[in-house]
Amino acid sequence: MTKIKSLFISLVLTLGVSTAIAGSHGSTHDLVKERGKLMCGSNTGLAGFGAPNDAGVWEGIDVDVCRAVAAAVFGDASKVEYVPTTSKVRFTVLQSGEIDMLSRNTTWTLSRDVDLGLEFVGVNYYDGQGFMVNKSLGVSSAMELDGASVCIQVGTTTEMNLADFFKANGMSYESVPVETNSEADAAYTAGRCDVYTTDASGLYASRAGYPDPSAHVVLPEIVSKEPLGPAVRHGDSEWADIVRWSLNAMIIGEELGITSANVDEMKSSKNPEVLRLLGVDAGYGAMLGLSDDWAYNILSQVGNYSESFEKHIGPNTPINIQRGLNALYKDGGILYAPPFR
Amino acid sequence: MQTNFFRKIIFDEKSRSLLIQTLVIGLFALFIYLITQQTAYNLEKRGISSGFDFLHISAGYDISIRLIPFTSEDTHLRAYFVGLLNTLMIAVCGCFLATIIGFLVGIIRLSSNWLFRNIAYVYVEFTRNVPVLVQIILYYSILLNLPKIKQAIVIFDNFYLTNRGFFSPSPIFKDGFSIVAWSLVIAIIFSFFLKRFLKKKQEDTGKQYPTFMINSAIIIFTPIIFYYIMGMPLEFDRPVLKGFNFKGGMVIRPEFLGMLFGLSIYTAAFISETVRSGIISVSKGQREASQALGLKSNFIMRLIIIPQALRVIIPPLTSQYLNLTKNSSLGIAIGYADLVHGFGGISLNQTGRAIEIMMMVMLTYLTISLTISFFMNIYNKSVQFKGNA
Repeated sequence: MTKIKSLFISLVLTLGVSTAIAGSHGSTHDLVKERGKLMCGSNTGLAGFGAPNDAGVWEGIDVDVCRAVAAAVFGDASKVEYVPTTSKVRFTVLQSGEIDMLSRNTTWTLSRDVDLGLEFVGVNYYDGQGFMVNKSLGVSSAMELDGASVCIQVGTTTEMNLADFFKANGMSYESVPVETNSEADAAYTAGRCDVYTTDASGLYASRAGYPDPSAHVVLPEIVSKEPLGPAVRHGDSEWADIVRWSLNAMIIGEELGITSANVDEMKSSKNPEVLRLLGVDAGYGAMLGLSDDWAYNILSQVGNYSESFEKHIGPNTPINIQRGLNALYKDGGILYAPPFR
Repeated sequence: MQTNFFRKIIFDEKSRSLLIQTLVIGLFALFIYLITQQTAYNLEKRGISSGFDFLHISAGYDISIRLIPFTSEDTHLRAYFVGLLNTLMIAVCGCFLATIIGFLVGIIRLSSNWLFRNIAYVYVEFTRNVPVLVQIILYYSILLNLPKIKQAIVIFDNFYLTNRGFFSPSPIFKDGFSIVAWSLVIAIIFSFFLKRFLKKKQEDTGKQYPTFMINSAIIIFTPIIFYYIMGMPLEFDRPVLKGFNFKGGMVIRPEFLGMLFGLSIYTAAFISETVRSGIISVSKGQREASQALGLKSNFIMRLIIIPQALRVIIPPLTSQYLNLTKNSSLGIAIGYADLVHGFGGISLNQTGRAIEIMMMVMLTYLTISLTISFFMNIYNKSVQFKGNA
């Protein structure tokens, strides 16, 4: 009888626990504060965007968005636990509540925004899909790729753009599906495929890691719009606002010339928008449910957008990407944050 | 009266167990019901759409390893069938190859030759004790290190071995080839009846006929004769290196080969142990008795040992086939476009219908496995002792 008894008890317990788990839907902000750290979905490793460095510390411009949110919520940018996600599982991980936000070179599309129950809160990198080939093939345009074998990460928008691009131009190709960026690198360098296609930023990042980066060329054609940005679960607008404005604070910081170096001096600035941003004029933090110095914490600990860009992917890094579209709107790019007031 | 009723339930073993079973089933049903309800509720609450409508929208991605035509404009449902066929292809080829290797190794392990016996032993112990996923990735990496496409290894002028696959000429069937094909079918049916006829004759007269030789000759030469009669209605499309890749011909991709080698070499080790145990299980007296009757040693193996060994071999062999089929879902690790990789992976990601798609994938595997079990059970019955159960 004890056996049966324990079976009953375990059944009842299982039922109880599963309902309890399924039923707990507090606000993400409270959950994060209670836990004491932010769970942030990151790439499994994409140099410059989100990858652990030699010391095992996560770095990159996507990672900086996570750090900004942690700085805003806790006043400490290091209170983040990174959950590496493949392109395939990233949405499920977010939907299931395993992570609080996803900051992992993810393209904002209608179906993801609407159908998958996600909410994209902004764009931290304007990208487009490109093609990389070995220089020895003598290819100078993506239009010459008829019949090529193409390495492609599965479950991405790139996969669909690729199909569309070859179809539209009447060309054929062999798709070589791979799971992660590093698998793609391995297959591409082994010669399993002629072409590696993904967001141009990803191509630059991959190329920087090859034994001889100069032997590979990124073709001039950019075949898609890929606005990459952080996403949160749909239905928690308060939390979405926090993530959105953490990113915006970095962009506005650049606009106003506030850097991690001069943020303390700027507190005595004459510009009212600077004073609002840095919390000298109180009240804006409370609107978000944060302390008034939330943006000050972001800018002092993470830095503004430009600092993050130059540090991780700019021309002085091995990734070597120009600001291009990602320059501020006043500098010829399309980076634009709504006013802070 | 009432106390009697309760007493019966508590103290009568039969009614008590009936009551408990009913309760457990009831609780289980309730559990499933609650889980389903809660899931549906959660999905709705999080604004995640659900349903099977997605099956009819176009998939938007391409699959290069496929048995039926597929383009990015085809539906997710068709992607499902492409994946299903790829799963079945690797399962069938894998089981076939694993059985051959397994039987050979199993017999070699009982060989009297020390070297062969121990090579087989090392093979079995090594492959059995290394995870199949590791082996698949190992073989795939080896295949990726074959020469690049421009430096292909040429075999007999028309076959090319590269890290993009094994390219060979593909047959083009012209008018009249169907007659050649039919002649082969008829030859096979004919040889089947001939075999029965000769066997009966042997039972009647005691005279032995070289049935196997006669039938092989019939099956091989009939289509060849018709092939020439019809004016050789077969041409070959040879692969030619053009631009980035070979054009024309057929190709076996390294992803398929990696899976095939990984699965069949791994599973063959288990099958060989099954075969060995089956052969050992046949009592020594059987062999000695047949030797005393003066049977030749290959007859002893074929007519006395194997039929009895099969009774022991078939049930565990079935479960090895099931394992191989289920392990084929590891294709995801090297990009083999099976059911889990294509439909269960890419379609899932494009549509976000995780629950619906995983249910379909699970039911499909269940169906495949039950089908294999069903046929293996029929076969198993046919090799068991007759009338002596």
